[in-house]
Amino acid sequence: MDNKFETVIGLEVHVQLDTDSKIFCSCSTEFGKEPNTNTCPVCLGLPGTLPVLNKKAVDYLVMTGLALNCDIASYSKFDRKNYFYPDLPKAYQISQYDLPLAKDGYIEVETEEGTHKIGITRIHLEEDAGKLIHEGSIDKSSGSLVDYNRTGVPLAEIVSEPDIRTPAQAREYLNYLKKTLEYLGVSDCNMEEGSLRCDANISLRPRGQEQFGTKVELKNMNSFKAIEKALAYEQKRQRKLIDNTDEIIQETRTWDEDKNKTISMRGKEEANDYRYFPEPDLVPLEINENWAEEIRERLPEMPSVRKNRFIKEYEIPEYDADVLTDSRELADLFEECVTEYNDPKEVSNWIMGEFLRLVNEEKMEVGDTKITGQLLGKMLKMMDEDVISSKIAKTVFEEMFHTGKDPEKIVEEKGLKQISDEDKLETIVENIIEENPDAVEDIKNGKDKAIGYLVGQVMKETKGKANPQMVNQMFRDKISEL
Amino acid sequence: MKLYTRTLSDLKEMLVEERVKLDDIYESISYRVKNVEPLVKAYVNQNEEIDLDELDEKDYEDTYLKGLPIAIKDNMSTENLKTTCSSKMLEDYVPPYNATVVNKIKEAGGIITGKTNMDEFAMGSSTENSAFNPTVNPWGKNRVPGGSSGGSAAAVAAGMAPVALGSDTGGSIRQPASFCGVVGLKPTYGAVSRYGLVAFASSLDQIGPLARNVDDIALMMNVIAGNDEKDSTCVDRTYPDFTEYLKNDVEGYKIGIPNQYFEMDIDDEVKESVMNAVKQLEKAGAKVEKVDVTGAEYALAAYYIIATAEASSNLARYDGVRYGLRAEDANNLNDMFTETRQQGFGEEVKRRIMLGTYVLSAGYYDDYYLKAQKVRTLIKNDFDELFEEYDLIVSPTTPTTAFEIGEKRDPLEMYAADIFTVPVNIAGIPAISVPCGFDNKGLPIGIQLMGPHFKEEKLIQAAYSLEKILDLDIDYPDLEMEV
Ligand SMILES: [Zn+2]
Repeated sequence: MDNKFETVIGLEVHVQLDTDSKIFCSCSTEFGKEPNTNTCPVCLGLPGTLPVLNKKAVDYLVMTGLALNCDIASYSKFDRKNYFYPDLPKAYQISQYDLPLAKDGYIEVETEEGTHKIGITRIHLEEDAGKLIHEGSIDKSSGSLVDYNRTGVPLAEIVSEPDIRTPAQAREYLNYLKKTLEYLGVSDCNMEEGSLRCDANISLRPRGQEQFGTKVELKNMNSFKAIEKALAYEQKRQRKLIDNTDEIIQETRTWDEDKNKTISMRGKEEANDYRYFPEPDLVPLEINENWAEEIRERLPEMPSVRKNRFIKEYEIPEYDADVLTDSRELADLFEECVTEYNDPKEVSNWIMGEFLRLVNEEKMEVGDTKITGQLLGKMLKMMDEDVISSKIAKTVFEEMFHTGKDPEKIVEEKGLKQISDEDKLETIVENIIEENPDAVEDIKNGKDKAIGYLVGQVMKETKGKANPQMVNQMFRDKISEL
Repeated sequence: MKLYTRTLSDLKEMLVEERVKLDDIYESISYRVKNVEPLVKAYVNQNEEIDLDELDEKDYEDTYLKGLPIAIKDNMSTENLKTTCSSKMLEDYVPPYNATVVNKIKEAGGIITGKTNMDEFAMGSSTENSAFNPTVNPWGKNRVPGGSSGGSAAAVAAGMAPVALGSDTGGSIRQPASFCGVVGLKPTYGAVSRYGLVAFASSLDQIGPLARNVDDIALMMNVIAGNDEKDSTCVDRTYPDFTEYLKNDVEGYKIGIPNQYFEMDIDDEVKESVMNAVKQLEKAGAKVEKVDVTGAEYALAAYYIIATAEASSNLARYDGVRYGLRAEDANNLNDMFTETRQQGFGEEVKRRIMLGTYVLSAGYYDDYYLKAQKVRTLIKNDFDELFEEYDLIVSPTTPTTAFEIGEKRDPLEMYAADIFTVPVNIAGIPAISVPCGFDNKGLPIGIQLMGPHFKEEKLIQAAYSLEKILDLDIDYPDLEMEV
């Protein structure tokens, strides 16, 4: 930690809201479609077209605001932000200027130094722009193409207070945000697909000083890790400038992932005058108490609340609760399974163990798997009833994970049923005794461990289907009779 | 029988009674167009797709408009038919969709026969700002038809279309109606969908009808008024059958005559004619009183700030990227934007874009835009108060009759022609211009009746009464002689 200087960071996050249709027209928001197929006269800004607000986008923004402890404005409005760029078909973006839908919120993140509160200045609703596509490299290309599929996808702009003090906190803040938005189901927060974008402001000031230092804006970070790295780099760079009594220039710098450094985008930034004014094509947005209350009631349980409930209600370790509540889908899976099979710790072990192992191995998302709590519960019951061994259970689980088939059916189809029939096992046990006289001798001499070896041989012979407890007992009986 | 001289209501009745065939109507109007359009130049584009031989009356028998022809201003989007806004910028622009009013006309069985000339992007009061050619007032071949809906007014006045749609941002329906001796209604803001109307000033623009009598205005309002889920500023309410208000009855109407309006610079003949009309209304049983209005002196300034501010943003989309004109051989992106707009827009449009950009700029916003919005509230409240007591406020539509083509060189002088019409748009109320006489040069004079929000039926009834009382029996300007 720097004893002399304090780092001041603020983040500006743009999140695409996961509505089916765009914010001002009925075009689909689906990602990855052929360029310019998700378009219509409205989102192409053709002369004479008018925007009509998608209420779902407002709902999602209000949900986000409530989850981030914001005040929801009973009266807000849209404004036009005017600037020329080919990806902006109307040459203005419909956004919110002085009356955002949500403001004055906060979140709390856990850091090494304890709980840290980070203020949310405002959250407003706006429309996304299109995307320029260059033929070949940007400097050699003779022209650019524009894809307007993304134009008009609803965006929430979440602006934090300059309350973040370390690059690690910035990452924690983003993790919290992502988890919250995913829990709400309002965004998938996928940075690769551009559904979450983040710019950062960073400055340094002597500890104890209230006035902010000269801030630098950072752009073009493509992952949370990159944001943390860019901030750390910038923190060091600015500290060095201060040490050398060099001036810190207020500017925008871009993160170069390959070179692992920030690069100045322009010397002195031209002050943009966006000429904001109220959007005359939309009526002001009035959110009455009932609307906000209705949304509040529909809010799902937030991750931290759910985690504490898991610890209390299911008596599982904090570590387990933390992992299980990392995503809403994982937590749902857990609870669904516990209602079917009432041994929370056992369920937790399976989800944290086999389930997450497979998810990671297959590079899948939790929601994309075929497993349900019911299926897993049924399988665990089959283990208890000695229908399958724990070893076979893993095979069954993997099959369920991929196919979503009923475990009973899997056991039946693959002939995985545990052999608990004494007659069937007797021959095998007798053969093993005959084949392993040394081990038998050891057991007779009191070396109990050797039984495990013999049982293992039987399991091998039966491809894991033998009931191990039963086999163990049979060995003891037979050998003592010898 | 000169069918082109008949009103829409007449033609409709004649069709119903099978006294005439649709073919005959179209033939008569085509004949008229062929004769007078070279002189008047009211149209930018005629709809070539209407195949008169295939026009089957049976298809229209059960419709409201019976297959009758309607002309519309060239700033309303028509699928597969050029919509130019009389601008080089959109000279070849063919929209892929219909404006809501166009769909409503089609659903009602009307046929769009052509797109009428206008001041470029509706900016002007004379139609001289058309990038293609000026339109000539049928009442005087060296006179402007007014604007910006000058083509619509001239087409109706000359008998080239029984009715037309125009758009009115600061008087663009009423002023040309007055100059051309026809009736023009600017409905309440939110009564007619703006979806598909190429925006000039979104908070002021409104589509409305121009016709040769009040009956046709009522008929067209029945077709175009109504809510539209594609326009959030459209108001969801039910409208009456406006033709039921075609009654010669102003008994008990309370009419206010604003002192401040009549103190302004008005032609004597215009003042006289309007006051005569007011007297006639009084005779018919209306109660007339002088009233004071506030903010009248600021209305024009406020209007030109709000309208240009919105226009500067609305017209920013014409950048050469997606449609319309694109400047060739630009060196880079910014050049392309600048050159395209330099070449595509005319002088008046550029002037207003610059003005609008200026008033929205940082440091000026509060002094101009915000102040103008305050004036707007003031004027709106003033009208609201007046209408608590009065049914109508009456004024001349314009201070003068039609001026000469090329006469007004100074933009400010041109802007002053809108002095009586802009407060109506600022307040969002409805107003109608009705012919009330002619000056000594034989040019029509119009009277403006202003009413409370969503009381178009009141205006229609008063205008109808006035039409019957004055009984001007306006003949057709004798254009064919001059061809
Ligand atoms: Zn669209």
